[in-house]
Amino acid sequence: MLSIEEKQKIEHEISLVPSPKNACIEALKIVQHSHGWISDDSLKDVADFVGMSTAELDSVATFYNLIFRRPVGRHVILLCDSISCYVMGYDGIRDHLYTALNIQYGQTTADGRYTLLPNCCLGTCDRAPALMIDNDLYRDLTVEQLDEILSKYT
Amino acid sequence: MEKPLTQHIVPGRQPLSLKEYEKVGGYQSVRKILKEMTPTEVQELVKDSKLRGRGGAGFSTGLKWSFVPMGPEAAQPKYLVANADEMEPGTFKDRVLLEGNPHQLIEGMIVASYAIQASISYVFLRWAYKLAAHEVTKAMHEAYEAGYLGKNILGSGFNLEMHLHTGVGRYMCGEETALLNALEGKRANPRAKPPFPQVSGLFGKPTIVNNVETLCNLPHIINKGADWFMQLGLTDDAGTKLYGVSGRVKTPGCWELPMGVTIRELLEEYAGGMQEGYLFKGLLPGGASTDFLVEEHLDVPMDYASIQAAGSRLGTGTMIIMDDQTCPVGFVHNLQHFFAQESCGFCTPCREGLPWVEKILLAIDRGEGKPEHLTTLDFHTKYLGPGNTFCALAPGAMEPLQSALKYFREDFERHIHEQHCPWSKTKAWQPSI
Amino acid sequence: MATIHIDNKAYDVKAGKNLLEACLSLGLDLPYFCYHPAMGSIGACRQCAVKVYRDENDTKGKLFMSCMEQVRDGMRVSIADMEAKEFRAHIIGWLMTNHPHDCAVCDEGGSCHLQDMTVMTGHNYRQYRFDKRTYVNQYLGPFLNHEMNRCIQCYRCVRYYKDYAGGKDLDVFAAHNHLYFGRAEEGVLESEFSGNLAEVCPTGVFTDKTLKQHYTRKWDLTMAPSICHHCSLGCNTIAGERYGTIRSITNRYNGEVNGYFLCDRGRFGYEFVNSAGRVRKPLVRSQLPEATDKHTALEAAASAIKAGRVIGIGSPRASLESNYVLKKLVGEDNFHHGVADLEHDLVELAMGILRDGSARTPSLREVEKADAVFILGEDLTNTAPMLALAVRQSVRQEPLLEQVSKANIPVWQDAAARGLVQQDKGPLFIAHYTPSKLDELATHTHFDSPDDIARLGFAVANLIHPDSPEVREISDQEQALAQQIADALMKANNPLIISGTSSGSERVLKAAANIAQALAAKEKSAGISLVMPECNSLGLAMLGGHKLESAFDAVLNDYADTVIILENDLYRRANTVALTRFFEKCEHVIVLDHLHNATTEQADILLPAGTFSEADGTLVNNEGRAQRFYQVHATSDELQESWRWLTELGTIMKEEEISNWVGFDDVQKAMAHEVPALQGINRVSPPSDFRIAGQRIPREPHRFSGRTSMHAGFNVSEPKPPVDPDSPLSYTMEGYRGQPPSAAIPFFWAPGWNSVQSTAKYQQEVGGHLKGGDPGLRLLEPTGTAPFSVAVPQRFIPLEGHLYMLPLHHTFGSEELSNQAAGIMQRIPEPYVAINAADAVQLKLSDGQLLSFSIEGQVYQLPAKISQTIPSGTAGMPNGLPGVPFAELPAWAILNRDIKWKQQPQTTF
Ligand SMILES: Cc1cc2nc3c(=O)[nH]c(=O)nc-3n(C[C@H](O)[C@H](O)[C@H](O)COP(=O)(O)O)c2cc1C
Ligand code: SF4
Ligand code: FES
Repeated sequence: MLSIEEKQKIEHEISLVPSPKNACIEALKIVQHSHGWISDDSLKDVADFVGMSTAELDSVATFYNLIFRRPVGRHVILLCDSISCYVMGYDGIRDHLYTALNIQYGQTTADGRYTLLPNCCLGTCDRAPALMIDNDLYRDLTVEQLDEILSKYT
Repeated sequence: MEKPLTQHIVPGRQPLSLKEYEKVGGYQSVRKILKEMTPTEVQELVKDSKLRGRGGAGFSTGLKWSFVPMGPEAAQPKYLVANADEMEPGTFKDRVLLEGNPHQLIEGMIVASYAIQASISYVFLRWAYKLAAHEVTKAMHEAYEAGYLGKNILGSGFNLEMHLHTGVGRYMCGEETALLNALEGKRANPRAKPPFPQVSGLFGKPTIVNNVETLCNLPHIINKGADWFMQLGLTDDAGTKLYGVSGRVKTPGCWELPMGVTIRELLEEYAGGMQEGYLFKGLLPGGASTDFLVEEHLDVPMDYASIQAAGSRLGTGTMIIMDDQTCPVGFVHNLQHFFAQESCGFCTPCREGLPWVEKILLAIDRGEGKPEHLTTLDFHTKYLGPGNTFCALAPGAMEPLQSALKYFREDFERHIHEQHCPWSKTKAWQPSI
Repeated sequence: MATIHIDNKAYDVKAGKNLLEACLSLGLDLPYFCYHPAMGSIGACRQCAVKVYRDENDTKGKLFMSCMEQVRDGMRVSIADMEAKEFRAHIIGWLMTNHPHDCAVCDEGGSCHLQDMTVMTGHNYRQYRFDKRTYVNQYLGPFLNHEMNRCIQCYRCVRYYKDYAGGKDLDVFAAHNHLYFGRAEEGVLESEFSGNLAEVCPTGVFTDKTLKQHYTRKWDLTMAPSICHHCSLGCNTIAGERYGTIRSITNRYNGEVNGYFLCDRGRFGYEFVNSAGRVRKPLVRSQLPEATDKHTALEAAASAIKAGRVIGIGSPRASLESNYVLKKLVGEDNFHHGVADLEHDLVELAMGILRDGSARTPSLREVEKADAVFILGEDLTNTAPMLALAVRQSVRQEPLLEQVSKANIPVWQDAAARGLVQQDKGPLFIAHYTPSKLDELATHTHFDSPDDIARLGFAVANLIHPDSPEVREISDQEQALAQQIADALMKANNPLIISGTSSGSERVLKAAANIAQALAAKEKSAGISLVMPECNSLGLAMLGGHKLESAFDAVLNDYADTVIILENDLYRRANTVALTRFFEKCEHVIVLDHLHNATTEQADILLPAGTFSEADGTLVNNEGRAQRFYQVHATSDELQESWRWLTELGTIMKEEEISNWVGFDDVQKAMAHEVPALQGINRVSPPSDFRIAGQRIPREPHRFSGRTSMHAGFNVSEPKPPVDPDSPLSYTMEGYRGQPPSAAIPFFWAPGWNSVQSTAKYQQEVGGHLKGGDPGLRLLEPTGTAPFSVAVPQRFIPLEGHLYMLPLHHTFGSEELSNQAAGIMQRIPEPYVAINAADAVQLKLSDGQLLSFSIEGQVYQLPAKISQTIPSGTAGMPNGLPGVPFAELPAWAILNRDIKWKQQPQTTF
């Protein structure tokens, strides 16, 4: 079930476009914002609300990288694996995350705290390597800083 | 040296508020066009200024606008979209403008909208730019409140709505027609051209998509004129450009400089030269989808024509440096992994070709390469060229590959002959799933 | 016209087409995947690349996708260019990187577009040496098999299923090379047009599951041109047989009728032919339990007929020929239509409208071009599915005409046209009592009782032309709607009115006729399309005959005592009480039919009648188009066409005229001669002695295998192939290799084109008419002699204690024969009665509870299904659905007292 607040927000987005369908990505973002991911049930709720079939909406949802169709941890780590970070040795960061969190790309820590995902260029190449946790951007990363950064999120 | 775009951007400091921005001459161009200029005059002026799109393709902005149907017969509403999807690896210039001076972008968008008589505009911003989203939203609110946006702007009768749309992650969304599909709530597959967005764009209506940097130039061109803008460039290309350097250089960063500074100047003066212990081996001048340039090109001016003559593209003007300690095969593999992942999957050569290329590069990098792999790479670079694929993603992907095969072919061959990566003490770069 | 130069040869081609269409229309071989003539181009697969040169001095040229390039006068193109060829071969190479190369075990093998294109491009050697990606497949229901590993991502399936057919539950998921085409989760594909995926998919991702259960390669099938018997539209099909069973039905392109597609009832309904319930041996009940032989049965029938006074009951699902011979055998006065009397009247009325009215009835292709449509009282998806599909295309007409032409985008550039049109739709109005799948496209859907629908229709007609009578006491709201509809129809270039017999209302039909007539009177090129109940309803009406009721009367009044029932289960035509009385009085009942049913139970003599695949015959579809179907394979003597049984019977009885008829042609000629409405019907198909270069038309492809061995289990010597006395088709692979006349195409094949895509080679231009014209002969052209109808009904008034029971229809479940197909059976809904939501509250009835009522003395008890749309005071009962006994609808149903109705204010019955 969509909450009243979610519905209101989606309604607003719908009011800006010619047809409710056109607001479907916004609607998915709104629901993901409150639930962390888009479950099959959420997908169906959104689909009904914007007048699409689940298949049609899932077609859109699964196209994009940042609509999560599987549950994620409380915090999502997006590690840039693109070229400048590659040159600047992002792989060391990755390996450290692998061991520190005991997970690999696409996985979530047992305590549900972190999900680790690779990400395309974060647009901060002059300060590579970089990663994002939720809304926070970390740049000029060194392996040494990681543990402290990770300890900030619960 | 004039730095119109970044003159009010001070790293580490909040961007100018509307009041502050107005104090330094902000929104003057809006007043000017609304009072003194017809839309066609604005189009003409921009055409005269020789402003070329800063999104990568370098198409004349004024010319692009001129394809929009004008007059009372034209389909309504018309749209203007600021392309702030900046996802080209190695590119971080629009971020500077978005975070540093959002009012400048809004002002530019009003100018562009007026020129094509658009009544609705969007900023299509990539998800990762959280700070930019915050700053743009704030500035947009201020602009609405001050009457620069909304109905009957400054009493001129001109209306313009502006919305911020944050993307949900796909490099394809930067391609202007795919961007429109994303804005329509669809899969971001590109659209065939023709029809061009100028005729049938967002929701089937006439639409202009312009890069953030392109748009930020507009207020200054309006205020100071075409001649001023043209004289800013050191070469035939007009204006200034945000250049960037990343990689193993001493002081990576982004600077606004006259169009046409040389690569060497950028690399040595601004980026401070290579880090200790690293030697220059090659560079991509304008993002991941441009051809490699090497030592011999260091004195080439960074403008559209000169870089093209050198065999590459100015692209976004943000260069990525490859040092001698980075394996070229690994480097290119990283790029191809990116492109293969970001292919939308619409057309065959890109969808199937790029993963193949990626697999071959990984095999070579791991020491499992075979001589015939190079033949396969060669035909990909030949047949994934412009026009052969549906959009420019795959051709872009082939640029660094084809030039790497040209400049660093021995490195590829060595991998294959030695069945091992000469750079790797450990294992090759692992692709993300 | 434009002149283009292809490989330095000049050709004249139609301007406005794309280059691929132009090349294919010229008969040139150019490979492609994502393009489809019915769906246009999107430029995704990049298979159709050619070199295009700027001018004659340009020697380098540039690769272009031919499907995306509009032909321009003077254009210079090369297909043979080395670079273009190499590129096209690489495309196959790319597509094949992940393809499983499992042709040997793939159902598509031998009729696979991907195989053909692979050979055509000359891509022979695999260069990709890495792992292939694999997918999990989905269960998609009884009709289609899913094998995603074979997918080449051409997007045709989604474009067809979703964009073209309006399906909701199939889509493309994920991105880059992880694309997945399927449902959001496993499950039955909902669309009534899902089967077309098997033909739309260029490889073996979506394949016919019913075929899989008795798999046969295309080249091993014996095939004949056929006509779908499962509704009144007469879609053209190809039926394929092996070892005496029908293996599959595929589309047979007819540019005017069904184009490239079929509905699932038509595609999968064929399985009834192989049903265990088939009547396969003649039977004389007095000699039970042994089945008898042909002669004993015929003799028994002949003596019964001679001894008694005989009447015949014909059938709307039997061919013209069978009905005609029956009529001859029993005499004109004694020939009755085996349909409910109301249906009889409705079809007569409909025929009158098409014959005497002033608006022309369009073909399905013309329906697609209509730019304003008003549907009265038909749920097309369930009564005439392919007409619904055509209407679905028509709503795009107006915006396409308006915007796309203005923006200078060719309509074949599908993605661009859709991008421009967005959600815009042309005017479509629907007035009905039950929701339909087309409602989502409608400008407005109006739910009301049949009489009120008729009133709305009359109001529209009156607004268009004042000579059509006025409707009194119409509400402002209805008047406004009528005005809106009238305006939309008047504004259109090709307005179309659709109605039919399925709501059982003469008034609705008359209202529809008046609108069409009013439009015609205003010089509009208006069309009227009327849905008929069954595949040959119109043919039967043209043949003429008496009502069923008079057949009953004849027997009950001792005028007759012997009845011949032709391919008809009367228990679907009349109620049990009437039938029991009838059969009790009959001395002799002779039945000819395909399947055992309640009527065959009553037969004293039962003769196995060949089904559509075991018979030659002619049907007249709802457009008045007579079309021939051909016997697919030879049968035993004891299983033959009804008309043949009846001619043999006539011969034994020494009926003079009948004795002279030897084969199909004789029957047809006599009929054409005798029945004015059927004049010229012998021109529908080439006569049986037609030969091309002295040769017959083979029913089997030249690669047909196992001919000498397939019957080796019985006999090792190769039998003499059976000879077809009724048509120019042979039952073998021998014969003329070229293209037969369009009405006698047993299968589509061309060198290098083994899949259905070979259809292009048979067309005048791609997607256009078949060479030599599309098959079928239109028998009705409007004479414009009929006056406006003045039968404006009163407003419907509910009756205390009653429900006005209206007929409802289902694609799967309402048609007799397809109901016996194994796949379709899985899709038939449970019995129910639809009841108005407010009425249900009054009746204290919740969803699923049994509602008990009686019609004409017969008691019905069905679970209630609450409907928001069915008007108060009416209810709906699904016609012909298994488990729902017959009732002649519409009819007043009396609510039985024992339900909670008692608590309502007392009503006297
Ligand atoms: C795959 C692909 C990605 C692109 N990404 C971006 C982008 O992130 N930002 C951008 O401004 N232009 C991008 N472009 C270029 C746009 O398609 C378009 O040319 C540009 O936004 C036009 O703006 P301009 O005329 O101001 O340069 C991309 C193009 C391609 C083919
Ligand atoms: S080139 Fe790549 S990204 Fe562009 S349409 Fe083709 S598959 Fe999509
Ligand atoms: S048929 Fe032309 S690109 Fe697919």
